[in-house]
Amino acid sequence: MTAATGTGLAPVRSVLDNGAVVIAKRSTTTPAVTIHASVAAGTVFDPVDRTGLAHFVSRTIDRGTRTRPADAIAEELDGRGVSLTANINRHALSLVCTCLVEDLDPILGVLADIVMHPAFPEQEVATRRGEIVTLIRQDEDNPAAMAAEGLLADLYGPAHGYGRRPRGSVESVETIDRAALERFHAARFAPGSLSLVMVGDIEPAAAIDAAGAALAGWRAPAPPPPGLAEAPPRSGRRLRVIEMMNKAQADIAYGFTSIRRADPAFYAYWLMNNILGQYSLGGRLGDSIRERQGMAYYVFSALDANVIAGPMMVRAGVSPANVDRAVASIDEELAKLAAEGPTETEVAESKQYLIGSMPRNLETNIGIAGFLQTAEFFGLGLDYDLRVPALLRAVTRDEVHEAARRTLVPAHAAVVVAGPYAGPSSGLPPPLV
Amino acid sequence: MAARVHEEVLDNGLRVLIQEVHTAPLASVWCWYRVGSKDEAPGLTGVSHWVEHMNFKGTTNIPRDKVKGIIEQFGGYWNGYTWIDQTTYTETATRDALDRMLFIEAERMASCLYDPADCESERTVIISELQGGENDPDTLLDQELTAAAFKAHPYRHPTIGWLSDLETMTRADLYAHYRRFYVPNNATLVIVGDVETSDAMRRVVQHFAGIAPGEVVRRAVTREPAQLGERRVTISREGTTAYLKLACHAPAVGDADFFAMLVLDAVLTGAKGVNLWASFRTPPPQRSARLYRALVNTGLASSVVGGLVPTAEPFLYTISCTATAGTPLARLEEAALAELEAVRRDGVTPAERDKAVHQLRARLVFENDSMTNIAHQLGYFETIASWRLVPSLLERIEAVTLEQVAAAAAERLKPPNWTIGWFEPLPVSS
Repeated sequence: MTAATGTGLAPVRSVLDNGAVVIAKRSTTTPAVTIHASVAAGTVFDPVDRTGLAHFVSRTIDRGTRTRPADAIAEELDGRGVSLTANINRHALSLVCTCLVEDLDPILGVLADIVMHPAFPEQEVATRRGEIVTLIRQDEDNPAAMAAEGLLADLYGPAHGYGRRPRGSVESVETIDRAALERFHAARFAPGSLSLVMVGDIEPAAAIDAAGAALAGWRAPAPPPPGLAEAPPRSGRRLRVIEMMNKAQADIAYGFTSIRRADPAFYAYWLMNNILGQYSLGGRLGDSIRERQGMAYYVFSALDANVIAGPMMVRAGVSPANVDRAVASIDEELAKLAAEGPTETEVAESKQYLIGSMPRNLETNIGIAGFLQTAEFFGLGLDYDLRVPALLRAVTRDEVHEAARRTLVPAHAAVVVAGPYAGPSSGLPPPLV
Repeated sequence: MAARVHEEVLDNGLRVLIQEVHTAPLASVWCWYRVGSKDEAPGLTGVSHWVEHMNFKGTTNIPRDKVKGIIEQFGGYWNGYTWIDQTTYTETATRDALDRMLFIEAERMASCLYDPADCESERTVIISELQGGENDPDTLLDQELTAAAFKAHPYRHPTIGWLSDLETMTRADLYAHYRRFYVPNNATLVIVGDVETSDAMRRVVQHFAGIAPGEVVRRAVTREPAQLGERRVTISREGTTAYLKLACHAPAVGDADFFAMLVLDAVLTGAKGVNLWASFRTPPPQRSARLYRALVNTGLASSVVGGLVPTAEPFLYTISCTATAGTPLARLEEAALAELEAVRRDGVTPAERDKAVHQLRARLVFENDSMTNIAHQLGYFETIASWRLVPSLLERIEAVTLEQVAAAAAERLKPPNWTIGWFEPLPVSS
């Protein structure tokens, strides 16, 4: 068992005999515990011919185990006021819930059973398939979802683990049966791919023991890491229009591939993204597109530095008449930040904000649990919360400028517009370089 | 949950609520105004929400270009929202920002600029917000359903307003609304966090005592007459998915059967809690709830959501369903109404009532997890009724009897009380 020192979160981390990682942190704000179980079983592990498989597992894993029918699990959770959510991202499938402290042991028991022994009953698979098809159809009617998915496909290619639709397609989901779900579970779920975080009014050593007891007897070899190709090299400017003429507003997704989370430049990129499209109401982009030009209710940028070079996206929702002007404004803001870099004041303000917001982000059990999972996934260490301020303070203006110069090149941007928009009007100036 | 709340009313009528919480070096400030979309006259729908937007755009002592960063310097977060009964503004930041937060709220109450160019620029931002909402068939149906369920009460119009009003409202309309309702005697200031009460109170007096009270003239609001028969709305538009909504007139928070309805909703769709700010972030525990079993586990719907929110006057209890691909809305509606009729006829079982109460108790604990959420609850309830309801919520929920749930079901879920909405997707041509 190892514990962080100092006055920060100071969680306790333990590797069980079977290889599972368990992290516990005491917080006495409420008499409750948040449990966050993360398994390295995200969408990058979908077979190319069965996209949506990991997501399908996330929708069915808690619908019955070898010894607990779906109804029994529902009663055990509902009766304690617990709602278990299963989330999927590129690399992990997460099961998250909050329970009263008094219910920790029984809930850990149910959760461990779900992770270790899901049964994927035929009837449940059929019912949840219907739900998933409906979700996919809803996405296909949602300009924001279509724009974002379209951009990732354009940046990485539709077959790449980062470019595929996370929920798959109606066609691919129809081919996923119980056997495919069982195969995925057998291949990806093992103690060595599990990290379990508990945050709440608990005694860490006792909570770790309870988790160890719940997971006792689980043995399986550690699954291999994903065979993930690097992000494709950048190409020239691309614009794709997904016409959805039945909609009122157009959604823009504009972006690039960025960097790996392990890249030493990560903290410069974090600041660059904050200055560009986060600080206050959407950073420089918000100032221009929302505040000065009144074109959009929302505009922001998002950085997803990941296992490989993840996407950096600008998102905006605008009236169809303003699409061309909004894209031109995004071009302009990005080109300006890349050419001139940020001001010293901007860098100082963003540092102050990101450092100052840590106590707020780590106020709730669920916030802490998410932070500890991220730190565990990227190997950032148990004292990461204490190190963040110095890591940010050490970044220079020139490093932020360099991040902008390397990434924010409008001539290399992929742009997807989904909504009641047919394409650029004639006479549009070429994108800035 | 029975933490001490300090309550004080300044000479100008500003009500101040302070609760010390020392679990993190933070403080949350909320300033609430008793004005929402129900206070809007025809021709001015959406004015409360637009005014909220304008109140982030500079004041006499906070120039327009200094707004950005004013709270971020303290690692802080700020926001605001407008709904049917209320408009509110919040900042949560490190505790050393308390003075700054109070300064911002005092400036917002008395000294916003309403620059004509900013008013115009914000018009298109708000129309963009409205159009973004219309992209979602569920939001569109909700808006139509609410308008159909109320024929007299101003809860009928959407908070964002009707498009024609947003196109024609003037700067003078906005400013008049601001001056009429943004006075200390129409506001509640809530501070929760790592503060010392007497010090916080001293700062409140310093920032707010000099603001003059005003006369808040409210227009008469027609009470919604009893609904005499079922109403229906069908939207047929291009889309991929069918949606069903069922709405019945619900009790206000002060009505005798509000808490019985809260328990009934937990039995039907799982407990959501009563914190508008926090409840929607975590889905309800609903796998064993009646409507989930009847509609989702049977494959008729991919989701069912119940909505009962505490309001000052009687609003709606809404059940929203997403039909699975291929399920006819008529079949989904039939199954939903059959389940509702069963509970109306037979009430709920003792085990269901006990489970619902336990779920609601757990939600109250979970939603008390941050200073922002605790402060929200005090101000929210003070604006629609009284903050003193907050510490008594659990007691009121636990006091609900089986008979009260049965009586609420029998009265509220009866057929003439329903408004039923369909979104029927037409094939997408593009």
